[in-house]
Amino acid sequence: MQKFSALALLRHAFGGHEGWRPQWRSPEPKGTYDVVIVGGGGHGLATAYYLAKEFGISNVAVLEKGWIGGGNTGRNTTIIRSNYLFDESVALYDHAVKLWEALSQALNYNVMFSQRGVIMLAHNVHDQQSLKRHIHANRLNGVDNEWLTASDAKAFCPPLNIENSMRYPVIGAALQRRGGVARHDAVAWGYARAADALGVDIVENCAVTAIRRGVNGALEGIETTRGTIETRKVGVVTAGNTSTVMAMADLRMPLESYPLQALVSEPVKPIFPCVVMSNTIHAYISQSDKGELVIGAGTDAYVSYTQRGGLHVPMHTLEAICELFPIFRRLRMLRNWGGIVDVTPDRSPIIGKTPVPGLYVNCGWGTGGFKATPGSGHLFAWTLAKDEPHPINAPFRLDRFRDGYLIDEAAAAAVAH
Amino acid sequence: MLLIDCPFCGKRPELEFRYAGEAHIARPADPSGLGDEAWGRFLYGRGNPRGMHAERWRHLNGCGRFFNALRDTTDDRFAATYKIGEERPMVAEPQGARKA
Repeated sequence: MQKFSALALLRHAFGGHEGWRPQWRSPEPKGTYDVVIVGGGGHGLATAYYLAKEFGISNVAVLEKGWIGGGNTGRNTTIIRSNYLFDESVALYDHAVKLWEALSQALNYNVMFSQRGVIMLAHNVHDQQSLKRHIHANRLNGVDNEWLTASDAKAFCPPLNIENSMRYPVIGAALQRRGGVARHDAVAWGYARAADALGVDIVENCAVTAIRRGVNGALEGIETTRGTIETRKVGVVTAGNTSTVMAMADLRMPLESYPLQALVSEPVKPIFPCVVMSNTIHAYISQSDKGELVIGAGTDAYVSYTQRGGLHVPMHTLEAICELFPIFRRLRMLRNWGGIVDVTPDRSPIIGKTPVPGLYVNCGWGTGGFKATPGSGHLFAWTLAKDEPHPINAPFRLDRFRDGYLIDEAAAAAVAH
Repeated sequence: MLLIDCPFCGKRPELEFRYAGEAHIARPADPSGLGDEAWGRFLYGRGNPRGMHAERWRHLNGCGRFFNALRDTTDDRFAATYKIGEERPMVAEPQGARKA
């Protein structure tokens, strides 16, 4: 691996920058692997990286149907936070935030992680009570979260409108200072490069077509569009397409796939210092380092794999954005797109074993998986390597939907994970 | 925005409707005889197919009635809408669809 540093930059400058090599190889898939990861998004690549780095398993392939960073990793709004309500969720998401804090150094790749603070707005008494409950729950778990009055929120985020003339005036906000954003492409590329350097094969343009099982039901291998691969362990990390892949092993998942839309504005000078979310009037917004305002809209109402949705969904969000930030009313929007998110009944992910021996799944991150990328990869790698869940992901098992131990963040946070 | 053909009112914009999830999930005939595994599957298991999907819609801001629809989840085109209690119509699976 070519190490990135100021010195390397200088050295390559003298060579006219022609000496840079591709950041990962494009190997032909081998016939056998110790572990195969299906899905080359952030979570899958992170899983492969931690398998090689922490657990010494480097005979690993990551199979990606399209190209690295072309799925939900490149389609999300990059918000990172860990202010969830339940103990299990806080442990899971804060595990990720801690890894985010050291990720650029660990990968030797600038993922542009910026802890600029995430504020969640309260517009009515219910919001206020709910956010304060989150704040207290988080602080009991050692996770930072604090209450801001409306004028404190305005001081923290000057473009915010706190006038009483709004239809839903801002009456306060919860602030997680350790929350923020990261560069989503860099996360995929950084993990891919680091995993590749440790010997992981990253195979793009390779879709899984069948899962082979022996007479005892255990996994024996998979068929792909680039040949058959023998393996005893497969980790499926395919987000919106998880139901389709798991159906190859005759498993019916507690998942539904919805389009989630986002959009960016034309780039403007730095004006927006933090991340602002409003669950009640449904809007979230931050500014990328390129200057675009990154705006998250909601999911469409129906199951779909189209990676696009109805225009009324982003319009609804833009109405809220214009009310909250009148300064943005005349900005033009540049792009609008959708990603397919796999939503569980309790809006919490599934990370663990399946009824098929040798088949593992990491899915159900719904509308909020990006923030968990490093933690999700680390915990899933642990589960694959040791054949048992890490204490943090043990509650997020698949059979909680049989036993009734749901982690109901849906009711706790209403929307916008 | 989808244009949805309500079997009672005709074609109306999506905003008049509420999506109501996968269709033809029958409540178990003998609930007390059911084990945890089967209950879990009934409550939470979903086909979520990449292809033709049978689903319920409710014409909330119209006639208020529920009905079923067949829609291709790879391009969101409706193949049919039909009344509750009617059989799922036979329509061709779209090309490249994968049954889940």
